[in-house]
Amino acid sequence: MSALETSRDTPDDALGSRAPKVVARGVDVFYGKAQALYGVDLDIAEHEVTALIGPSGCGKSTFLRCLNRMNDVIEGCRVEGRITLDGQDIYDRSLDVVQLRARIGMVFQKPNPFPKSVYDNIAYGPRIHGIGAGKAELDEIVETSLRRAGLWEEVKDRLAEPGTGLSGGQQQRLCIARAIAVDPEVILMDEPCSALDPIATARIEELIDELRENFTIVIVTHSMQQAARVSRRTAFFHLGKLVEVGETEQMFTNPRDERTQGYITGRFG
Amino acid sequence: MTAITSDSEQEMPASRQSYWRSEEHLRRVRRRHAADRRLQAYGIAAIALAVGLLGVLVSSLVATGAQGFLQTDLRLEVRIDPAEIDAEDPSRGDYRQLLMNSLDALLPGERPPGEQRKLRDLLSNGAQFQLRDEVVDDPGLIGQTLEITIPVSDPFDQLAKGTVLRETPEAQRRVSDQQIAWFDGLVEQGVVSTGFNWALFISPDSRFPELAGLAGALVGSFFALLVCFLLSFPIGIAAAVYLEEFAPKNRWTDLIEVNINNLAAVPSVVFGLLGLAVFLNFFGLPRSVPLVGGMVLALMTLPTIIISTRAALKAVPPSIREAALGVGASRQQVVLHHVLPLALPGIMTGTIIGLAQALGETAPLLLIGMNAFITSPPGGLTDAATALPTQIFIWADSPERGFTALTAAGILVLLGFLILMNAVAVFLRQRFERKW
Repeated sequence: MSALETSRDTPDDALGSRAPKVVARGVDVFYGKAQALYGVDLDIAEHEVTALIGPSGCGKSTFLRCLNRMNDVIEGCRVEGRITLDGQDIYDRSLDVVQLRARIGMVFQKPNPFPKSVYDNIAYGPRIHGIGAGKAELDEIVETSLRRAGLWEEVKDRLAEPGTGLSGGQQQRLCIARAIAVDPEVILMDEPCSALDPIATARIEELIDELRENFTIVIVTHSMQQAARVSRRTAFFHLGKLVEVGETEQMFTNPRDERTQGYITGRFG
Repeated sequence: MTAITSDSEQEMPASRQSYWRSEEHLRRVRRRHAADRRLQAYGIAAIALAVGLLGVLVSSLVATGAQGFLQTDLRLEVRIDPAEIDAEDPSRGDYRQLLMNSLDALLPGERPPGEQRKLRDLLSNGAQFQLRDEVVDDPGLIGQTLEITIPVSDPFDQLAKGTVLRETPEAQRRVSDQQIAWFDGLVEQGVVSTGFNWALFISPDSRFPELAGLAGALVGSFFALLVCFLLSFPIGIAAAVYLEEFAPKNRWTDLIEVNINNLAAVPSVVFGLLGLAVFLNFFGLPRSVPLVGGMVLALMTLPTIIISTRAALKAVPPSIREAALGVGASRQQVVLHHVLPLALPGIMTGTIIGLAQALGETAPLLLIGMNAFITSPPGGLTDAATALPTQIFIWADSPERGFTALTAAGILVLLGFLILMNAVAVFLRQRFERKW
């Protein structure tokens, strides 16, 4: 028991001197009777990109959705263990899940802008949270968010047009702008480029690199090249377990676990 | 497997490739094509039958009902004789006598009182009141001559329209040879005309077909549908939103769902009985009123609205809900800001179709007494009234010849409203439908 406790206090790979933003300990997830995650311990450092990789169905998206409690809305889904954001338990009863989701934004696999104007897509979050009192302030939030998402120059004359009329890559950047408009601390990205062409993908990857300055980013990706390009740390999931986590460079050059080795060299996946 | 191993000479099974060119196979192909054609023919025949029957129905309605939209009128020059009409109290004069005076002028000759009464039968019973109302509105007319267009009574209307035949022996028709002669005399003098039957839309019900109209029924149906909409729309949407977006999936919600679906199939007369037992007998609400009619229709419309609203909510992709949740919208905000607006076209379509059903529903209204004989349009929700379908029901039951045409005309008006409502529903669907 005490050995288990110790192992949970110090995960496989320590962050060193970097401060952990999100800490997960012993996270089990069940969909009805089926268990999807087994005792995941993971630290996510502030202001850097952490990539979650692994074959389909390995639980990486499930883990990601635990971090902003998106699993709550799935019927029959149960999360056990402890996840903290800045030391505060996010599954605590007293915690307001709506506020949590404002602090931990999310970008989804398929671009899903609201069928509203570009402007309203961005302004929606600030509006419902009471950020940006006047029209001028809201205008400013929209512009900065779009600029930070690298979309401003492309859409500044089309703010009143529907967001669904943009190209796929633009839509995904619009979704990123929408997420950062409420100034979250963490941004979760669930395979944000899987529906995009290589050029749009490159654009998003550049953007992730820029956003790292201000946000803590957790990205689920199917592409190991992408993980290698954008992340500082990588966590490899397999069959619902966190197999290995470490600095990305070390993971790809010198994995400790043979399953990691097998996956990144393409023996299964 | 055994065949191959036992016969080592032949390693491959016998090729069946020649089968594709054999006569046997070609026969199969021909049979399959024939079966395809037969199936198609059955379908076309079924559709042709349905369209044909619909065509027969509508054309017979139009053939009968067209006459209901027309009315034979008499244009009379009436001198408002101050001797008959008291300027102090114009509402009490003998206006029938004034009308008879002008008829006498058109058809001169001495007539015994019995004959005179027969001549009077040409005039509609409502004509004298129409004249009276004009004079009461403008007492300055007294002493002057006024040109007025009044309907002829139903038997002569039918004579003009050809439903009462001159060839029929006199004893078997409603109008005598003498009356026909008078009528022809009036036609010769050019005072008989046929015009659009405005009374059909602006007059309430009457015992006399030439005076009867749908005004009371139209207003009654409008009030009943208004009540029906105000009750079933919010309740239906609230129920559907709860079931679709918030309710946990368990045995209870399954039970509720099954029951709502079954409710949609309950015969409407049962809802009428329920309304009679609960709204009238238990709560003591008044009989024959649009308020109760609307409440009963709302019970019937609710399942339709709930089912179509749930379908519309289901059609909103989950990615929109996730997007809103992801920026920190509460579940209530997700529903009100995103899901409901996107589902609204579908909800409106379902609601309109539900209301169109309610508009044509007769049985429940019969049970709560909305088939009474009421000669003034309702002024509010708690005034006794009829509705379009029950008015048609009353007319269909009336013996006068003129009501045959009016019944068909009423059905055409009802069908017109139904087509209009369905067209609005189709328009909404096409205009606002969103492809994901």
